[in-house]
Amino acid sequence: MHEYSLVQALVSRVEEEARQRQALKVHGLTVRLGELSGVDPELLQTAYDTFRAGTLCEGATLKLTQIPASWACPRCRRPIPRGAVLRCPDCDVPAQLDDGSDALTLDAIDMEVP
Amino acid sequence: MCTTCGCGDTELVPVELHEKILAGNDRTARHNREHFVSARVLAVNVMGSPGAGKTGVLEATAKAAAARGWRLGAVSADLATDNDARRLSKAGIPSRAITTGQACHLDAELVHRSLHDVPWRETDVFFIENVGNLVCPAIYDLGQAANVVVLSVTEGEDKPLKYPVMFKAADLVLITKCDLVPHLDVDLAKIHDALARVMPAPRAIEVSAKTGQGIDGWIAWLAEQRAPLEDAPHAHDHGHDHPHDHGHGHGGGHG
Repeated sequence: MHEYSLVQALVSRVEEEARQRQALKVHGLTVRLGELSGVDPELLQTAYDTFRAGTLCEGATLKLTQIPASWACPRCRRPIPRGAVLRCPDCDVPAQLDDGSDALTLDAIDMEVP
Repeated sequence: MCTTCGCGDTELVPVELHEKILAGNDRTARHNREHFVSARVLAVNVMGSPGAGKTGVLEATAKAAAARGWRLGAVSADLATDNDARRLSKAGIPSRAITTGQACHLDAELVHRSLHDVPWRETDVFFIENVGNLVCPAIYDLGQAANVVVLSVTEGEDKPLKYPVMFKAADLVLITKCDLVPHLDVDLAKIHDALARVMPAPRAIEVSAKTGQGIDGWIAWLAEQRAPLEDAPHAHDHGHDHPHDHGHGHGGGHG
């Protein structure tokens, strides 16, 4: 259960940004979560709901954008089917993870500024 | 904001960041990595389930590494007890325990703090034995040169498919306890096949800490990882010229 330490990092980053911009309130966060990020979306949401109390994020919703994982050949761009060996059968090179598949990023913060 | 009359209306603004949530950890990890590289120390993050044989395989490594003239060192993480660090020290790998309490993984900051208590600079290969866990440690960069995942033959052939994030992060998988294969209903080919479905460039060595099987191959792999460090021009001692968010008192003071 590392979701709590992630939420801790997330909330302190938001607070830092909010302070810099002298925000009055934080309304919402958008987090991008790849299937291979190693983070369970439900656990992250629960951890966030528990942890945000008493922080600047108390009234801020957490929106998760979930990205399914996919692999492709870096040479011919042929997609590798789910569950298959991660090697392009045509080019005989290791597959490459597509962008976003392992994302764990804070994309945006909606905040109220004076 | 209302700019005409200055009535002080507030404004809702979307701030686009697109920033890794673990950016802070990654910064500390980069810092650790600079230390290791400039001291020409090969840092290896050893991960795996509890009981997979992480400590056992390191014990078996000690003797073979000594034959190469390598000096080893380790930090060993567990929720409680310093048993593993004591086992490693006894085997000839000077080690310190990192007791993580409730934390299920090491992060770069915990490793950084622990480095103040171990003579890691005098080592050729430095092992960071992570908390026994196939989930959480995978996403925390510690500043290591390589990730090694230890998977025992008793864990089930499909383990890699169940924990793809961990195995995707592995540079090498050590399949341990291979001396038990004759007594088990396990097909090693199935383990290798599962690895090829979660690792784009799968590399695995079958080992037994008990019989010494595969330890030569494992040492050869470590030597391969050390090669770029040995070729590098000798870096000057890396001073602490970048800011730290904690004191740098060596010998205590780090909780």
